[in-house]
Amino acid sequence: MNGVQTSLGATSGTAIAFFLVFISATLAITGWAARKTKTTSEFFAAGGNVSGLQNGFALAGDYMSAASFLGIAGLVATSGFDGLIYSVGWLVGWPVVTFLIAEPLRNLGKYTFADVVAYRLKKKPVRIAAAIGGLTVICFYLIAQMVGAGNLIKMMFGLQYETALLIVGTVMLLYVLFGGMIATTWVQIVKAVLLLGGATLLALLSLVPFGMNPLALFAKAAETYGPEVLAPGKLVSSPLEAVSLGLALMFGTAGLPHILMRFYTVPDAKAARSSVFYATGFIGFFYLVTFILGFGASVHVGRAAITSVDKGGNMAALLLAEAVGGRPFLGFISAVAFATILAVVAGLTLSGAAALAHDLWVGVIRHGQADEKEQLKVARVATIVLALMAMGLGLLFKGQNVAFMVGLAFAVAASSNFPVLLLSITWRKFTTRGAVSAIVAGVVSALVLIWMSPTIQVDLLKNPTAMLSLKNPGIITVPLSFVVGIVVSLLFPEPEAEAKYAEVERRMHLGAEDAEPAPAE
Amino acid sequence: MNEKDLRRVAAARDRIARVLTAATMFAYFGFILLVAWGKPLLGHLLTSGLSLGMLLGSLVIVLSWVFTGIYVSWANRHYDVHVERLAGKSKRGGGT
Repeated sequence: MNGVQTSLGATSGTAIAFFLVFISATLAITGWAARKTKTTSEFFAAGGNVSGLQNGFALAGDYMSAASFLGIAGLVATSGFDGLIYSVGWLVGWPVVTFLIAEPLRNLGKYTFADVVAYRLKKKPVRIAAAIGGLTVICFYLIAQMVGAGNLIKMMFGLQYETALLIVGTVMLLYVLFGGMIATTWVQIVKAVLLLGGATLLALLSLVPFGMNPLALFAKAAETYGPEVLAPGKLVSSPLEAVSLGLALMFGTAGLPHILMRFYTVPDAKAARSSVFYATGFIGFFYLVTFILGFGASVHVGRAAITSVDKGGNMAALLLAEAVGGRPFLGFISAVAFATILAVVAGLTLSGAAALAHDLWVGVIRHGQADEKEQLKVARVATIVLALMAMGLGLLFKGQNVAFMVGLAFAVAASSNFPVLLLSITWRKFTTRGAVSAIVAGVVSALVLIWMSPTIQVDLLKNPTAMLSLKNPGIITVPLSFVVGIVVSLLFPEPEAEAKYAEVERRMHLGAEDAEPAPAE
Repeated sequence: MNEKDLRRVAAARDRIARVLTAATMFAYFGFILLVAWGKPLLGHLLTSGLSLGMLLGSLVIVLSWVFTGIYVSWANRHYDVHVERLAGKSKRGGGT
């Protein structure tokens, strides 16, 4: 390919056709799900009836965002090897979720991760703190997704930014409001299958001229752009920076509310465990394929052409689709990217609604006493509030570079939600004060340090220097949150919480049946 | 007696979870530190189109999945058996 001849951004018939098929299919699913969504348990946890394999697809669907699909492919296309650093970082959180979090979470909680932390501690302060931690993560993640959605859809379909936000917000609202977790789960499954299938097909097509050998493709890229594309570049500057980013990526996954919430949709701990295994396989495979797509784009489309369409390289995978599969295939991949955004936003909104309705309204304002009808109503009102908020935030941050907000969401998740979750299930002496102060310390320190970092001070505010040289605060904030949680717990012991640990331990392993009636049903 | 059994099952799970978490962290932070410190080393070509860094990075991804698989198969074969036995016992004992 030479020059920039692309139909990207032109209103494409095939893209719209594929897109309409996806929307009608998912709305039909939503209609079916709406008839099955009569209780709060069905709304927030699909009644606990999702199988391990289905949840594996849905977890992968929640996690594989357009940012990772288009962003990593773009990073690989424009700088080669460095994209792999992100891929690896985003994957290694999953084993941690499997070993430390998934099963205890399933056995101890109902709809949110705050359930687990609040199990043996004082409900109100812990729920407020955990909801703040959860909602902070969800807000930053939502801003990144909504702004990304507006820009992408503008570039893919030539729609106005505001129109794009309105479409994403409305369709997502329909899924969540009427179909709850059942519809959201199936939207994730459909999206995950489409994205995995589409990306694989795209990778295969780009390997055809190279005899299906990825190494031949990589060699061609090295021949064109120099051998440094196969070696680490500028992304990681110092070991400190590398470890700091690594900590946030690795432990952030285990603190993302929309991911954690998915473990309540399966019937038991065994299914929770197998679902993470499937998800890790799908996501790992996807990242390896994305690496091929990035190199494929740099060879088949060319770096100059990619960066002339979008400076960040985000259109690399789509340009590749057009180069190797023509306009119909571009239409298909664009529709898949759109579906990806929709599904991730729906998952985030549902988990935010759970924090607002289940943790704050029912848990704090109603002291845990609210009837089924009220709970469901509040859950739906919370969904509407969050959908409006998502669209509002998208408008507010229009034109801003918000790529750093995903990193910020991971940093906050790794330094507030993850430490309290882990301490509450593994440490007998953990207390209410310890949990609240660990969350506050984690959220505040992560926000302040990112504010002081070059990401905000230099890149965003255009100051000549930053107060802090560290781009990602993980190396300070993750240990800080653990230390604060432990020290405060030791200074102010809570004998009642310690006494209840035996029950936590029992239920964590044996499940809910013999401690209390099962949460579902 | 039952408590003791539970403690033993819990300890076995903790042990394997800790070892596998440590192994994952070792693999990942090892890779990331090599990226920071050993750029020329990772850029070394093993064969045409494949650098050491690409091999190691892909290996960390594959290993993460393999570790997850090791845990799942261990839990399915050993942990579940004990948990079911304990849960069954306590259910009868509790009269539910």
